[in-house]
Amino acid sequence: MNFPILSSLIIFPTVGAIFILFGRSSSNYNAAKYISLFVSLANFILSIFLWYEFDKNNSGFQFVEERLWLEGLINYKIGIDGISILFIILTTFITPLCIISVNSTIKNRLKDFLIAILVMETMMIGVFCSLDLVIFYLFFEAGLIPMFLIIGIWGGQRRVYSAFKFFLYTLLGSVLMLVAIISIYWITGTTDVIKLYELGIDAKYQHLLWLAFFSSFAVKTPMWPVHTWLPDAHVEAPTAGSVLLAAILLKMAGYGFIRFSVGLFPIASEYFVSFIFVLSLIAIIYTSLVALMQEDMKKLIAYSSVAHMGFVTMGIFTMTPEGIEGSIFQMISHGIISAALFLCVGVVYERTHTREISKYGGIVSVMPRYAVVFMVFTLGALGLPGTTGFIGEFLILLGTFKVNFVVATIASLGVILGAAYMLWLYRRIVFGEITNTELNKLVDLNKSEMTTLSILAIASILFGFYPDPLLSTTTTSVESLIELFNSNIKLYTASNL
Amino acid sequence: MINFDLIFPEIFLSLVIMFLLMIGVFKKNSERLVYNLSIISLIILFALVINLYTFEESYIFNESYKIDILSLFTKSLVLIVAIFIMISSFSYLKTQSILKIEYPILILSSILGMMVMISSNDLIVFYLGLELQSLALYVLASFKRDNILSSESGLKYFVLSALSSGLLLYGCSLVYGFSGSTNFNTISDQTFQTQYGVIFGLVFIIVGLAFKISAVPFHMWAPDVYQGSPTSVTLFFAALPKVAALTVIIRFLYTPFVNLMDQWQTILVFISIASMLFGAIAAIGQYNLKRLIAYSSISHMGYALAGLASGTNQGIQSSITYISIYLVMTLAFFSCLFMLRKKSVFYEKIEDLSGLSTNHPVLSVALLIVLFSLAGIPPLAGFFAKFYIFMAVIEQSMYFLAIVGLLSTVVAAFYYLRLIKIIYFDKPKEKFEKDHNIGLKITLAISTGILGLYFIYPGLLNNIISRILLI
Repeated sequence: MNFPILSSLIIFPTVGAIFILFGRSSSNYNAAKYISLFVSLANFILSIFLWYEFDKNNSGFQFVEERLWLEGLINYKIGIDGISILFIILTTFITPLCIISVNSTIKNRLKDFLIAILVMETMMIGVFCSLDLVIFYLFFEAGLIPMFLIIGIWGGQRRVYSAFKFFLYTLLGSVLMLVAIISIYWITGTTDVIKLYELGIDAKYQHLLWLAFFSSFAVKTPMWPVHTWLPDAHVEAPTAGSVLLAAILLKMAGYGFIRFSVGLFPIASEYFVSFIFVLSLIAIIYTSLVALMQEDMKKLIAYSSVAHMGFVTMGIFTMTPEGIEGSIFQMISHGIISAALFLCVGVVYERTHTREISKYGGIVSVMPRYAVVFMVFTLGALGLPGTTGFIGEFLILLGTFKVNFVVATIASLGVILGAAYMLWLYRRIVFGEITNTELNKLVDLNKSEMTTLSILAIASILFGFYPDPLLSTTTTSVESLIELFNSNIKLYTASNL
Repeated sequence: MINFDLIFPEIFLSLVIMFLLMIGVFKKNSERLVYNLSIISLIILFALVINLYTFEESYIFNESYKIDILSLFTKSLVLIVAIFIMISSFSYLKTQSILKIEYPILILSSILGMMVMISSNDLIVFYLGLELQSLALYVLASFKRDNILSSESGLKYFVLSALSSGLLLYGCSLVYGFSGSTNFNTISDQTFQTQYGVIFGLVFIIVGLAFKISAVPFHMWAPDVYQGSPTSVTLFFAALPKVAALTVIIRFLYTPFVNLMDQWQTILVFISIASMLFGAIAAIGQYNLKRLIAYSSISHMGYALAGLASGTNQGIQSSITYISIYLVMTLAFFSCLFMLRKKSVFYEKIEDLSGLSTNHPVLSVALLIVLFSLAGIPPLAGFFAKFYIFMAVIEQSMYFLAIVGLLSTVVAAFYYLRLIKIIYFDKPKEKFEKDHNIGLKITLAISTGILGLYFIYPGLLNNIISRILLI
């Protein structure tokens, strides 16, 4: 097929953003809304078409496009495999929902907001497509600019602090990755991921390079102890910003771990497994406990994200098919569920302008539909069988039990804690007597809120009962990645004997 | 037989300067005419220089004047940027009522000095060009005579620059004394690692030139001079002398002193690290945009020197790329500054930018692009500039330099972000005037366009720059 479908996926949102920028409708935002909705939906349909065309039994990269870019140094190269395609679909799926949710949440400068979201979509799709380290870095970093503006312009009280913290933390992590990428270029002569998979990187460089990549991904994941930017960013970002951040931005790092850390530096990855396990366990247990203590709804969900991403990193570094597939599934599931939870928080925040849990209670009697939807996602987040959350956590724990019994047991405790803080949150908000009289005035979900939330709920339950379409897409690629990993390890141990 | 074609641009420029002086003296109220004529002559000059690209590397005047790709490229860079500087600063000069006939003539003489400097292949020719350039700049710095800050900056620049010229001359005389020649090629043949006299000379020359590009620890003049000079002159200071001086540094390091690479590499690494870090940290406390850009330019010079410190052709090319992109960023930034005008007063405090995005969305987007580019965030041009530098530095396994450089970009990102915060997150103030000179608008559009769209075809400059091979 000659049509550059991936490049169009990347460029299309930005083209839409340019249309909005130069559209002369400063007072009337409808045109901007429709353009952005149209563009993002078209992108979603295109990505579904991509999924349809995608060959699940091919373990290599498909839809590869390569163009001369920095002459003699770096080519623009993009392509997808079973690992990345799901993230692209997640991105194109979440973005239109964000744009619908914007209707009620963003009051001022809507046009700029839509531009920022569309540019963000370009960057996120670019991250998941890129098959060249420099191109990857370019998209990875460029995403900071729109997100900085989203948090800073439309955020809450401490938005400036949070935006700066978000930007500088991530930048600090990433510059070391840039050093590593350039070093890889001089060590191997290329930054093309496919070639690097074939060539392999000399074992003596792998540990330092792995750490440099880790510094960037750990901040972005975020892993304990560099997770502190996340609660701040989440709390201050507007609802749509939180959704993008939780649903997609965090996945860039998880994806990076699978694609680059495991794929490019197998020996170092093997070496650092216990390091990752320890950090992941701390993230799971410690942030779950912290989440229990939160008074702010968004902060609680933010900490739960850290805990969930702890499962993801743990699953990836089990290096088992179950673990990695589980991690990918968990990321998709977390993308759907956390997006929905942030939207749920946004719904009540728009009505009461407070996120303090103690101000709520007894919402079920005034907002019954909301209570039902929120219930679905609460159960999803704690991993009830029948939701996507269960399958992800189950596969990860399955993979971990294979590798390390103790780690898996401790992580299972995290599942219980997760149930505790999510159910407690739900109880405090939805059940009980109405103590705050203002809550009596609340109106139940309106049409657009109902649409977005029910789409997400359907996705969560559908793939919870029938995960096969997602799992079968990833299986072949994950298996070939693990094969590559194992053969590298064997080669290395053989050479060391 | 001397081939005068090679030096024809310089001869043409000297004639133009004298001709314009005559017009200025004999024709009353000819400021505009002289200004426009000088822009036209710069354009002709640019065409003349472009025309020379067909020549091979060649020397004239007993090998004391060199025409090669390096000199031609930096000359055309100087000229094209000078044209845009002249176009964009016209309205500023008029509003500030400092549009006098001397102004364009001094600019042209300074450019003549730079061209001589860039092409020099001999200590004496080099010094001649340098002084011609500097003398014109002293006057330009204090061009707003009745403003105390402007006079101060002129005097300060003169005194400190004279000191550095003294050091430079002393270095030149040492080099001449120990190598027996003023010609770069001969010096190169005559110098060896063990000649301490030449090494002393080298250090003095590097110090003198570091002063001209305001690298730490010889940067003290820059913030005051930048702040005090009229903004159009600050733009000139921030852009052109740095290109000329950087070219001369390249020439010095890679022709006469190429055998002393071990010695000067250490010095350059130190200067470069100090400039990157100091520029980034000191800018945090600044509240005047011109002072801020002074510190930012100190930091940027550190990156340009980091490329040179690698001691390879790739390093030289990355430095030239860096300085080219830096020029575009400076031009774009100052074009934005020229637009902050209210009732004939130009605003240059950071807080004057407060909430700019509400009233001036287009100008704010331009500033956003410029500032993120200065911070080196992809996909803007500033990222590619830094990328090339670090490619060259890491190729030589100078990891310390690379990591310090990248960490100082994070520090520097803080103050660029603070500007963006003020523009985008803060409460709006009174509107600025919106009727801008068309030339200024074009300059801003072109320069931000280059910065924003550079990623589409980043090989733009490489075709020419990759032909610069000195070792």
